[in-house]
Amino acid sequence: MPWHRCRERLIESAIRLCGVSSIAIVALIFLFLIKEGLGLLMTMPLAEFLGGQRWHPISEPPRFGILPLILGSLAVTAGATILSVPLGIASALFIAEIATGWTKEALKTGIELLAAIPSVVLGFIGMTILVPIVKTTFGLPTGLTAMTGSIMLAFMAMPTIVSITEDALVAVPKSHREAALALGATRWQMMFRILLPAAGSGIVAAVMLGIGRVIGETMAVMMVTGNAAVIPKTVLQPVRTMTATIAAEMGETVRGSDHYAALFAIGIVLFAISFAINMVADLILHRERS
Amino acid sequence: MRNALRGIWMTMLVMSSASCALAEESLQGAIQIKGSDTMVNLIQAWAEAFMAKHPRVFVAVTGGGSGTGIAALISGTCDIAASSRKITQKELAAASAMGAVPQEFTVALDGLAVVVHPTNPIKQLTLQQLAELFTGAITNWRDIGGEDRMVVLLSREVNSGSHVYFKEHVLGASQEFAPEALLLPSSQAIADEVAGNPAAIGYYGMGYANAGNAVLAVAKTVSDAAIAPSEDAVRTGTYPISRPLFLYVREASRGAVNAFLDFVQSPEGQVVVRQIDFVPLTPRS
Repeated sequence: MPWHRCRERLIESAIRLCGVSSIAIVALIFLFLIKEGLGLLMTMPLAEFLGGQRWHPISEPPRFGILPLILGSLAVTAGATILSVPLGIASALFIAEIATGWTKEALKTGIELLAAIPSVVLGFIGMTILVPIVKTTFGLPTGLTAMTGSIMLAFMAMPTIVSITEDALVAVPKSHREAALALGATRWQMMFRILLPAAGSGIVAAVMLGIGRVIGETMAVMMVTGNAAVIPKTVLQPVRTMTATIAAEMGETVRGSDHYAALFAIGIVLFAISFAINMVADLILHRERS
Repeated sequence: MRNALRGIWMTMLVMSSASCALAEESLQGAIQIKGSDTMVNLIQAWAEAFMAKHPRVFVAVTGGGSGTGIAALISGTCDIAASSRKITQKELAAASAMGAVPQEFTVALDGLAVVVHPTNPIKQLTLQQLAELFTGAITNWRDIGGEDRMVVLLSREVNSGSHVYFKEHVLGASQEFAPEALLLPSSQAIADEVAGNPAAIGYYGMGYANAGNAVLAVAKTVSDAAIAPSEDAVRTGTYPISRPLFLYVREASRGAVNAFLDFVQSPEGQVVVRQIDFVPLTPRS
């Protein structure tokens, strides 16, 4: 075989290996989670794990009910979504349609830089600045609440939402805009009635990916949400998220114990949730392309 | 003359080889210590004093909580585990399954200080009241003679020896912390939150007490006198929430680790204990 063909084959198989290995790694991670976490279901029924209201991992006997943790994660995530989606879409509209020249460039870079701030730094800022503000503004007994976590996480979801939404807006054909303006629509009507619906699926995907980023975030939420495992009635209450529970308790567990298995089982639940979110985002993006 | 010179040479040679031998005998190596957050400042101070004496030994200290330290000792990722509670039967069983026989050393004493904001009018509590507060039976300061405010409970995460000790000795082993209790990741986080929150109550090793937190006196029962955590009260056990602090090693230990354990129990090591505001094993002489 001539040398260049041989080289071609080699490169091709190397690239194939890279592609396959990332899928293989995801599959292996999932198998590992299942293997370590399923042991728990031998000792307690699934309904008691998912629906149990008490999380007392080190008591005798231990209680592994993760309903407060699931609701805690959902409360923080929902709050962050409500804050970041309107802001994110508005920023993307401004960057894509209104801003020109250096304003546009500065805004784009600035928002992308926001994604580069390590979450522990955001958590630290939240703890020292935001927590006291939340406490005094709402007259709460403590500023370590679900809402504090939501605000911090909204900052983290923003870059994802803004950049993907902006891409979707830019991808709308110019003829749509021209037709709308030619028919006498104002710029606002054009953006709101034509552009946003046309870019709809891209925007939904942006929101989903933003949510995916938020629900898996650990460090910042652990620092500002108070970590009390109660079922939240309002967002101005402390909550404990699934990610913070795993991070705070994993170091202490002995390999193979029930507590260890329970933390892995929480990992499976988290994995399932983010998998579902990514799946929905992917389906929507594909629908747009076809 | 010649002989005299040779004599001097010989002596110098012998002396220099002897000093060589001494240098070779002196300790070297690295010691990994992991565990109790309560003890992390104390152990850091011990490590610095020990490394000053034995420059060829490197002592690395990490926190993470007593449970974390003992788990690391069992899995063999540290040489010494620091713990503010006794090792449990479960952990001993796990250790022997991994082929380790943990050895226990009592190295200092500590009182768990219960702290509130300095403006809180409450100055003392009984163990019973503490248990009622932290299990959530009492939710308003008014109910124990304070201001009309909701109580904000501050606890440590479950990997903390202080959490376990407080649960067993104040709440009672079968009782649970109120789910509303905030679980903070470090003693310093509790000190910071108490300093800024008039409704908060928390606990930590008495070494963390500072001007921004008011330390409560604690009484065993209503008829006993309330005692503030002090060196004497902790050593004699009159302060109700006193506890020993431990170091654990995997098995009968080797060179540098052994020297470190000897050092912390020596009078020199115990002076460090007092400097860091914990309680030495033996009274001031």
